[in-house]
Amino acid sequence: MEEKEKMTLVVFSGELDKALAAFILAITGASMGMEVSMFFTFWGLNIIKKNEGRIKGEGLMRKMLGVMNRGGSKRLKLSKLNMFGLGTWMMKRLMKESNYPTIEQFITMAHQMGVRLIPCSTTCGIMGLEREAFRSEVEDLAGAAYFLNEARQSKVSLFI
Amino acid sequence: MKADEKLDCVGLYCPMPIVKTAEKIKQMKPGQVLEVAADDRGIKQDMPAWCQTTGHECLGIEEEGEEIKVYVKKKGEQK
Repeated sequence: MEEKEKMTLVVFSGELDKALAAFILAITGASMGMEVSMFFTFWGLNIIKKNEGRIKGEGLMRKMLGVMNRGGSKRLKLSKLNMFGLGTWMMKRLMKESNYPTIEQFITMAHQMGVRLIPCSTTCGIMGLEREAFRSEVEDLAGAAYFLNEARQSKVSLFI
Repeated sequence: MKADEKLDCVGLYCPMPIVKTAEKIKQMKPGQVLEVAADDRGIKQDMPAWCQTTGHECLGIEEEGEEIKVYVKKKGEQK
């Protein structure tokens, strides 16, 4: 059996436009027969948090983080020109008019195509996030060594 | 150019034409030809590149005004 080429992405950013870029590349890689893994860390974790429910956290600071940094695919903002939400709203409108899939649809597509969604265990620990904070498509938490082991076997490795 | 199957991706932007092509090709038999219609100009570079990576054959590109038709032949032994 042919060995599949591997592709890894580190998703550090939590903004809508960067999230789209990450998923578009991941999905295209999968459609080219590559084995794709996405490692979400820091602000990137916001992309894969559940949309509904509250984010739990031990201690005042983590609780504040859970509110100020709620995350979830429907709450992502543009990295520029957010303009208190107006810019993000306009961009989403443009994309809808262009018949473009939403980030939510991309996440579902990616999962269906076998793209692995992996959260970084360290940032989860610091921010007090457990597996329950994330959507069902997301796999178990993993660390830098796991990522690097995948990355060194990958033909394509990207940092977003 | 003749095709065994057709895929309409007009109005869809990258990566959707490629994603749908990948899905459709899976359902086809080796040696069959797929015609993909799109209006995203990027497809003229995207499809040959996708073919190069996946091993399917890009037979040619025809343009009719705004519409671009790309012909892809599924790789493998015809049984």
